[in-house]
Amino acid sequence: MDVTALLLSRIQFAFTITFHIIFPSFTIGLAAWLTVLEALRLATGRPVYRVLFDFWLKIFGVAFGMGVVSGIVMAFQFGTNWSVLSKMSGPIQGPLLMYETFTAFMLEATFFGVLIFGRSRVPPWFYLFSTAMVALGTTFSAFWIMVNNSWMQVPVGYVTENGAFVPDNWIKIIFNFVVWVRFPHMLLASYLTGAFCVAATGAWYVLRRDYHAESQVMLRMGLGLAAVLIPIQLFFGHLCGEYVNTYQPSKMAAIEARWNDEKPASEVLIGWPDVENRRNLYAITLPPPFGSLIDSDSLTAGETGLNSIPRENWPPVLIPFFGFRIMVGCGVVMLGLAWLGSYLSLKHRLERNRFLLWLTFLSFPLPFIAIVTGWFTAEVGRQPWVVYGVLRTADAMTPFLTTRAATISLVIFCAVYAFIFSFGTFYVYRLIRTGPVGKLFESGRIAVPNRPLSLAEIPMVQHSHVGAGE
Amino acid sequence: MIMFWVSLLAVSILLYVLLDGVDLGVGMLFGLVNGDSKRDAIQGSVAPIWDGNETWLVVSAVILWGAFPVVYATLLSAFYLPLIVMLLGLILRGVAFEFRHKTQRMRWIWNASFAGGSLVASFMQGLTVGALVEGLPVANGQYAGGDFGWLTPFAVLCGVGLCVGYGLLGACWLVMKCDGEVRDVAHRQIPVLAVGLLVFLVVVFIHALAERLPIMDRWIERPYLFAFPAIGAIAAIALGASIRRHNDRWPFYMVALIFVTAFGTLALSFWPYMIPFVITVDDAAAPHSSLAFMSWGGFVVFPLMLLYTIVSYSVFKGKSSATMPANRIANFERSEP
Repeated sequence: MDVTALLLSRIQFAFTITFHIIFPSFTIGLAAWLTVLEALRLATGRPVYRVLFDFWLKIFGVAFGMGVVSGIVMAFQFGTNWSVLSKMSGPIQGPLLMYETFTAFMLEATFFGVLIFGRSRVPPWFYLFSTAMVALGTTFSAFWIMVNNSWMQVPVGYVTENGAFVPDNWIKIIFNFVVWVRFPHMLLASYLTGAFCVAATGAWYVLRRDYHAESQVMLRMGLGLAAVLIPIQLFFGHLCGEYVNTYQPSKMAAIEARWNDEKPASEVLIGWPDVENRRNLYAITLPPPFGSLIDSDSLTAGETGLNSIPRENWPPVLIPFFGFRIMVGCGVVMLGLAWLGSYLSLKHRLERNRFLLWLTFLSFPLPFIAIVTGWFTAEVGRQPWVVYGVLRTADAMTPFLTTRAATISLVIFCAVYAFIFSFGTFYVYRLIRTGPVGKLFESGRIAVPNRPLSLAEIPMVQHSHVGAGE
Repeated sequence: MIMFWVSLLAVSILLYVLLDGVDLGVGMLFGLVNGDSKRDAIQGSVAPIWDGNETWLVVSAVILWGAFPVVYATLLSAFYLPLIVMLLGLILRGVAFEFRHKTQRMRWIWNASFAGGSLVASFMQGLTVGALVEGLPVANGQYAGGDFGWLTPFAVLCGVGLCVGYGLLGACWLVMKCDGEVRDVAHRQIPVLAVGLLVFLVVVFIHALAERLPIMDRWIERPYLFAFPAIGAIAAIALGASIRRHNDRWPFYMVALIFVTAFGTLALSFWPYMIPFVITVDDAAAPHSSLAFMSWGGFVVFPLMLLYTIVSYSVFKGKSSATMPANRIANFERSEP
């Protein structure tokens, strides 16, 4: 494959958005978790909730910061690299992303500041309100992003005028079926991410025999929430499959590695799609009508194969095929862990089951992997279209973008992101390893002047950090 | 409707320049001091508000995209490299707020990233505006300047000028928000930066005359434009007076006023063009159905955003040394295992 500005731009977009999605999916879940903790603390007065709140707020701070800075890039990249797209679909995507910024970002930013610095400056009810507003802001942001992306997946409610997509039905754009299955799917994925990170942390502390009260709360709440949410998530995932099957037959055929039209259809469980020869190698296949049953909830429905779609309209096959399977696999493993763990926890046997605790501890990457591979499936499966069926990715790029400029930008993005990502994850790891430092120890506050965002600081020194300078 | 969105865009950009200009200026001045306690005080003076301030940049970008998609597409793609470098500067500046306090040994990295990121972002913003004032090479409705078409001496001069301007704004902020040595140092920096900014403005003016920049014709057509520099000059005199009296608040207000007048001057000399002499406001406007849908955001949510900004400035009003983190790590007895 030639290295062109188009290829580099696609890699750059994929890289920056993959990097970005990790943080919002984590912080949407964490913001909700923080709100619950703060509400529980106000309601019950149990100090354990305050300790957990302070602990997770530090981690939230790091993840939120990385989400904010990597998110700004997204607001610009449509214009820098994809100027034809942004000109044509600006009348639709522009207002949607404007609503995201207006309803979400300023809300988050303002009340995040209060969360981190304002505990001593505002009354308790306002502090809880601020926590809830941050959670609400992250949810709004996810909503508008899903509306925007769903429009690119299944463009509706527009007419084409002078080479631009002009909206003529906003109700259709915002309230269509596709948005309302994909938005809950993303939101649930974020809650599951939060739940598993919390549960994994709890499992780690139990394994270390540390932070007894906190680890119990984390383990139970995390696994319990996941046990309830995963079945709902699988249901919404299935509904997402329905929209793909209805509106994006080429994506569906790629996900299923289905080459020929079949009626009723079989289902390839796993295999290696050999794109060149249009067949599957080493495939394990369920006979008909399993494919129709899974894709169309029907015993007899016909399913489209790639051979009946013109070759130039095919998406890459391998990424949607494996991406989808990895996502589902992660979901099933998480379901097993959450159900088994919750059951044992109800029976008070989880603490002694070190094997399951280890599995729970090591499970924290699963929701992230599921989210990233799920998005790969959705986005790569939509190719070669950027707006499905109407605008090709290749035609959407800034026409005068040179390979040189695209190389420079991609190289510096990779360098800077790798740099901040390694430090960011290391700091989060160190925070979690150290644990909620205060344990159940509550005491009056000591005013340390001029300590900006030192929330996540590891207390390497016990005196004021002002004196700790080298 | 178009006028409404132009005004909202102008307000957003102006708010960004004023609010995040402070943060970026503070970031650059941060690079000039030594010692953790002073650095903590400087960074702490903007820590609770920088995120909201930076958001006004995103607000400006999405208003531009939604209401004037052609301008969004043309400008952002033309300024490809400067914008991406600016974004990376903002990233390095932004993570430094978080990361500086997670480490002792590696703190120098995040000190450098805070100051360097602020410097790079400021410079690129000034450079972009400078290149826009000078006029973008456009052929057939498309940027035709190549990868480095924006890189001219005038644009570089504007980049340096904006760094000085933001620095002045930042110094005035520090005087207002900090105590002790930080305040004293900033008090000494203000006159130097103010003179620097004055020199820059004079050089720009002379350059614009000498090069006969087309934008200067607007001034002859519209003599009322001189009201803005006149107000700016009065603000500059008041700034001088307040510096001499060692006032903590007035320098900031006066420098902010100078920024407002400079912004107004620039905006009105562009009018009715959004990209000078290429695309007018009316050419660029999105279809009516888009603007009508956006108006809910403009009339209802935009005032809310202003309210949030006011809330955050009022929660954190007064000298920032009184700000402390929400939880109190220093008194925890457990040390790192």
